[in-house]
Amino acid sequence: MNLKSILLGAVVALAFAPASFAGRGTDGEVKIIYWQAPSILNPYLSNGTKDIESSSLIIEPLARYNQDGAMVPYLVTSIPTLGNGGVSADQKSITWNLDPAIVWSDGTPLTSADVKFTYDYCMDPNGGCANTVKFNGVTGIDTPDASTVVINFAEASPNPYGPFVGGQTPILQKAQFADCMGAKAQTCTAENFGPVGTGPFKVVDFKPNDVIRMVANDNYRDPNKPAFATLLFKGGGDATGAGRSVMETGEFDYAWNLQLAPDVIAKMESAGKGTVIVGFGPSVERIEINMTDPSPSLDADTRATRKAPHPFLSDIRVRKALSLAIDRVLLTEIGYGQMGKPTCDLVAGPAVYSSQNTHCMKQDIAGANNLLDNAGWVMGSDGVRTKDGMRLSVLYQTSTNAVRQDYQALVKQWWGEIGVETELRNLSASIFFGGDPSSPDTFQKFYSDVEMYTNNFDGTDPQSYLAMYLCGNEPKPESQWQGENINRYCDIAYDALHAELTRTGDMEKRYEIAKRLNDMLTKDSYTMIPLTHRGGVAAHAKSLGGVVMNSWDSELWNVSDWYRK
Amino acid sequence: MLSFTIRRLIIMIPTLLLISLVIFLLLELAPGDPMAQIPLTVPPEVKQQMRLALGLGEPMHIRYWKWIVQFFWLEPQVLIDYYFGSSFSEGKLRVISWQTRGPVMDLVVQRLPQTVWVVGMSYIVGVVIALPIGIYSAYKQYSIFDQTGTFISMIGYSVPPFFSGVLVIVIFSVTLGWFPSIYDTTLVVDSWDNFVLQLKQMIMPVMVLALQTTAQLSRFMRASMLDNLNQDYVRTARAKGLGESVVVMVHVLRNSMIPVVTVIALGVPSVFGGAIITEQVFRVNGIGQLLITAIQATDLPLVQTLTFMFAILIVIFNLIADVLYGILDPRIRYD
Amino acid sequence: MTNIPSDNLIKKPRSRWFDVWDQFKSHKGALVGGVFFVFIIMAVYLIPLFWPHDATYIDIRSRNQGVSLWHPFGTDQLGRDTFARMMQGGQTSIAVGLTAMALSLFLGTFVGVMAGFFNKLDNVLMRLTDLFLALPLLPLLLLMMLLFRDPLNAAFGPEKGIFILIVLAIGITSWMPTARIVRGDILAIKEREFVLAARSIGTKNSKLISRHILPNVVSPIMVSATLGIANAIITESALSFLGLGFPPDFPTWGRLLYDATDYLTMYPERVFWPGFAISLTVLSVNYLGDGLRDALDPRIRGR
Repeated sequence: MNLKSILLGAVVALAFAPASFAGRGTDGEVKIIYWQAPSILNPYLSNGTKDIESSSLIIEPLARYNQDGAMVPYLVTSIPTLGNGGVSADQKSITWNLDPAIVWSDGTPLTSADVKFTYDYCMDPNGGCANTVKFNGVTGIDTPDASTVVINFAEASPNPYGPFVGGQTPILQKAQFADCMGAKAQTCTAENFGPVGTGPFKVVDFKPNDVIRMVANDNYRDPNKPAFATLLFKGGGDATGAGRSVMETGEFDYAWNLQLAPDVIAKMESAGKGTVIVGFGPSVERIEINMTDPSPSLDADTRATRKAPHPFLSDIRVRKALSLAIDRVLLTEIGYGQMGKPTCDLVAGPAVYSSQNTHCMKQDIAGANNLLDNAGWVMGSDGVRTKDGMRLSVLYQTSTNAVRQDYQALVKQWWGEIGVETELRNLSASIFFGGDPSSPDTFQKFYSDVEMYTNNFDGTDPQSYLAMYLCGNEPKPESQWQGENINRYCDIAYDALHAELTRTGDMEKRYEIAKRLNDMLTKDSYTMIPLTHRGGVAAHAKSLGGVVMNSWDSELWNVSDWYRK
Repeated sequence: MLSFTIRRLIIMIPTLLLISLVIFLLLELAPGDPMAQIPLTVPPEVKQQMRLALGLGEPMHIRYWKWIVQFFWLEPQVLIDYYFGSSFSEGKLRVISWQTRGPVMDLVVQRLPQTVWVVGMSYIVGVVIALPIGIYSAYKQYSIFDQTGTFISMIGYSVPPFFSGVLVIVIFSVTLGWFPSIYDTTLVVDSWDNFVLQLKQMIMPVMVLALQTTAQLSRFMRASMLDNLNQDYVRTARAKGLGESVVVMVHVLRNSMIPVVTVIALGVPSVFGGAIITEQVFRVNGIGQLLITAIQATDLPLVQTLTFMFAILIVIFNLIADVLYGILDPRIRYD
Repeated sequence: MTNIPSDNLIKKPRSRWFDVWDQFKSHKGALVGGVFFVFIIMAVYLIPLFWPHDATYIDIRSRNQGVSLWHPFGTDQLGRDTFARMMQGGQTSIAVGLTAMALSLFLGTFVGVMAGFFNKLDNVLMRLTDLFLALPLLPLLLLMMLLFRDPLNAAFGPEKGIFILIVLAIGITSWMPTARIVRGDILAIKEREFVLAARSIGTKNSKLISRHILPNVVSPIMVSATLGIANAIITESALSFLGLGFPPDFPTWGRLLYDATDYLTMYPERVFWPGFAISLTVLSVNYLGDGLRDALDPRIRGR
């Protein structure tokens, strides 16, 4: 973001480079396993992590984030900033200078026309592009010459690094995709399965949802890289099997997203064939509290909308008691071990934006009981509190996943200790995270009292992430239950402060406002109960060198530096 | 028999159309959203755009009609083009999978080899083992062989593949290191070494699947043999002085095969349907894995097409079973 | 089969059910199977009444414990007592297994008999069977959950509601092989001489089916029954795994087995107990079924 972090990134990249290059293609084959198989190699049409990361071996953006969240130039000569004049003084345009030496894997040069084309491709309204949001506010792209790209914004943008930075918006080759604009994007099978790229590898054979075979790109910009001549990218199965194939049988070199119980993963590592690596990004597992009444007795237009406030969860004392009763440290230790950290914040990273609150770390059952006593909730003979004939009973839903079910069981017990009765429900992820407005079980509809899931944001700037909790952004019947303000929080002060954030260009001030917004949602109002700051977990074979875990971009961001020890 | 077969073949058409409609409606009405796998960071308006791009904005009956036309009219044309080099299907829209934006039939063709190899082989192995076990167990009812066979097959049946698969992986790949735990679908059998590799990677999934088939079939075979061994005609045959082997292997076996043939014929479509859990465990990535990932991603065109192809196979094999009844037992008349 | 009124016994000492019981008694395997089955049912329903641990109580300090006097089967990753979970899981699994099997058997036999016996129904019923065989199980279950979960929950409470739903789901998606097999057998049997003889003396269809046809198709039905129980227990575990089954804090044998698979190399005993319980139940039902079959078959009886 600033010069210091760029330099830092460069230093780190150097530090991790292998001591001696044997040259391109001298280390044979590298085998990668993703237990979710890639289904397409064009991230503009999918945006699934598996698809973004597999395609990141082939196609590249102008710049990537490194393991610390700092930007590293990939296809450009340097990162444009206000300081070096790359970002205009009014912050309404940013100028990228392409590295003229870079060519596509077919030997033709990379030009600014390719970059402009990629923008046009994604913005075509009939194309169904998944990444249009990355181009929010962009009015157009100018290409004064073959190596200069000027991106213009409608308003001053404190963070102009949305387009073409990070894994979601790589550059497509104009010559290849020219006939795939608009509605035809969906049927360009050959192009979507085998994009021509500038990355270290190129596709030989792609079997969707199964396997990709790749070979080193002869025209890659560094003549000594990649060290591997071929790459096998296998998909499918489950996380346990993927971990086993790297750490116990040694069949594969790299396994992605090993979301396993900590003792299981430790046992695998003890087999001695592989190493577990963890990287922390912005992912936070949280319990969202429904501020509206999900009771099935209400009619469809009122249920779980702001017309009907929740009968008891709209009382901050109840919400605070629910939060106090949870032991996040223990929860995280059991569910994630070294792959998670307990947190009290919605924005748990990057560090500069995070409040790093610690008020919630200590479990306080007695304090929670006190709060509920004071709020007028009387403990009944069956161990459940009541007030005005209302039972303190909640429905707690989440998606189906072994760790989440352990979390549910533990939280249910703790809430039982403060006189809250909990009914658990787990739902298939394809329904829970789907936006089908006719299904009662989506997380947007929130037909339960509390629900648990993980969310994060792209890149390193939380502005749009915090915008989710603005008034009016909640899912409701009028918006076909689409919307991002899941807990239906609404505070004019929050909206005003967020508006200030969008106008502020000074970084220090932005950090401060973001922290303030985070605190309003968490420790001031308890509308959400953050639990765990989740890390990305992967494993690589001990014989594989050069791997650097990255949670801000594709995990395979530096695959060209990988080598065989 | 011939007129019966022809009649049944004609009835097949409305049956299949009805089945296709039911499958379509079922999938339309079941909850699930193709955008569920897209990260939560993508805003709802963009997801709505993507849904429209997939054709989800059109009314249901139009989508059904399109699918039927594509399946029955366009895909056969593609097949003809492929074999004869003609160009009937050029420029026409095929059934496109939502996940991959590639033609569904290409995916099926890609997946068939490993499914037929692994699941088909396990089926053959299972049948070949099960029939003799069933016959001998029944002939020597309550012998040690029978008791052991019963014991092993029932345990085999009550252990689900998500467990037995992991168990054999832990024993044979992790501890002993004999076989690979991950099936390599890119392996081309073009030399003796590769053939050995292919055998090695097939042996564990085939074992796990064959255990289930064997357990089930040997039970049915045994029960059916037992029924027939006590029939009057067996006594008559023995009284006539026929050899024991002729009595059992010709007279009894032929009559016992009727229920067993049903079970075997009903199982054949599942060879092409793949084995969902076992394929997942060993990463065979065949049809079964294709179907389960499609269901999880609510990839409706893919699920519809796969289940409908499966339905066609089921209808055909049920017909085959019915015809076989008539051949095995001339007394059975269909009219 | 023993609930015969006593006066009936005196009047007709050689009633059919008496013969059946006689034959069943002399079948050693069946007796052992029966005793084991009764034992399992008693254990899972009676032991929790006085067992000191609750199946859902989490004692975080004693997690991942091995076998001890206080926790005879050890504890799981959250410190819940495995023995208590086994017992409670058994209640659910056996109840689901038995009822789903009974439902599927009833449906399968009914459709099979109707189709095999009445030529006119054959085509319609068998095409219906084809349809059900062709339906994709998973979306069907999802749809059933969507349509019926809330009404059933409202009417019977969350646990009973989901129980009814799961039993229905397994029952109506697993009757087809039984129907095909029974029909195939009946097609052959109904052309036999004894059926023709019975028909020629004017036996009514209902009597013909219950007295002459059904006893002759008992053995495939019994095999289906045994396999059906195992199938139902395992299907239930697959449903829980997909988020369609019982609430997550509700143990069943299938779920315990599934959860323990990840810990296979570290805590093999966690896999062993549910696997053993399922196998034991299936085996005992199998021997019970064998004995019943022999007892119900008039030709074997008295051998």
